[in-house]
Amino acid sequence: MASDQVTLLDLWASPFGMRVRLALAEKGVKYEYSEQDLVNKGALLLQMNPVHKKIPVLVHNGKPVCESLIIVQYIDEVWKDKAPFLPSDPYQRAQSRFWADFVDKKIYDFGRKIWTEKGEDQEAAKKGFIDSLKLLEGELGDKPYFGGETIGYVDIALVPFYTWFYAYETIGNFSIEAECPKLIGYCMRCLKKETVSKSLEDPKKVYDFVVMLRKKFGIE
Amino acid sequence: MAEVKLYGFWPSPFSHRIIWALKLKGVEYEYIEEDLSNKSESLLKYNPVYKKTPVLVHGDKPIAESLVILEYIEETWPENPLLPKDPYERAMARFWIQYGVDTTAALGAFYHGRGEELEKAAKELLESLKILEEQGLGDKKFFGGESMNLVDISYGALGYLLAAVEEVKGVKVLEPSTLPRLHAWAKNLEELPVVKENMPAYDKLLAFVTGSMNRLAKN
Repeated sequence: MASDQVTLLDLWASPFGMRVRLALAEKGVKYEYSEQDLVNKGALLLQMNPVHKKIPVLVHNGKPVCESLIIVQYIDEVWKDKAPFLPSDPYQRAQSRFWADFVDKKIYDFGRKIWTEKGEDQEAAKKGFIDSLKLLEGELGDKPYFGGETIGYVDIALVPFYTWFYAYETIGNFSIEAECPKLIGYCMRCLKKETVSKSLEDPKKVYDFVVMLRKKFGIE
Repeated sequence: MAEVKLYGFWPSPFSHRIIWALKLKGVEYEYIEEDLSNKSESLLKYNPVYKKTPVLVHGDKPIAESLVILEYIEETWPENPLLPKDPYERAMARFWIQYGVDTTAALGAFYHGRGEELEKAAKELLESLKILEEQGLGDKKFFGGESMNLVDISYGALGYLLAAVEEVKGVKVLEPSTLPRLHAWAKNLEELPVVKENMPAYDKLLAFVTGSMNRLAKN
């Protein structure tokens, strides 16, 4: 597919953006990365995602695809000859979709509350976050990855959030590893893969970014 | 052919989605009504994570979350396809299905709102639906074109359920004057036999919505 033109509109710290970078890396797709300013949104972003005006957006031969998990499924379907993300059995596919959706519903929302809330609300978010990670640990079981022997859809949905764990822990004053050592072990295993390590950002840099956001939103 | 069971809740559009998809695919299934105030052992066993309906059980294998169930049905019974074949068109269909999650949240705010909050929620719901009408539906009869697909199925609540909530709240949002094409779409959807024959009677639904809103008010 030498004539493919692929551009990713993204924000470096976004775990949703990292999902797409990881998916493209797993498929070996060459693309142009375009860092977006979400404060002063550019014309291209507004044109490519007029409904939500958010990143990530994948632009493939001029046509935009929005919403990170939809983009990941699209990448899987277009570049289908390599590294399939979803299993071939419909029931296993349904389980993968369920758990990726779980990551969206639980990990992102609770994680966000850890760095934006205080007091009781923050404590509730920490508990919800850890409970959710424990459910994911149960689902992982003895497998090296959620996808089995290789990285799959749920791994792509989840592992980018690892880059925000240091920020959650520091701001929330708790240790994720102490509660969920198996999940942290899993994240470390993923990071040994080149596709993962080159698609994920440095947690310390993400923490600085979150500190900046908290100042900006007046959360102290 | 392994047995198919659906654990559902009669007023819930999330359950209706699954019924319509199974019917469109010609799949025989056993429907089990759940009392959500007294959840069955089976429901708790089959959906331990969320403990909600709908849950589809195929053979003895459970699938939860209505949108996940819809994709499973589409893949397991490929006759009468309910999603486009082309990956880009599929991504667009999934985008509009996902947009419905935001619409459901706006519908929830409308349902719970009172006074000024109700006005604000009605306005936001209207704006959300305008985008759906202009950019999602466009000039098409259904989101699926000439016939309904998973996108139409996912927006079913905009017909009968929204009408019941509007009546109880005394505020109209989806009208021919405000959302002409979407209003027409809802009417067309409800005329389709699979929808008409598989949705709750309006009076019964209205009583349910009224009752549940009164219970909320007491709390």
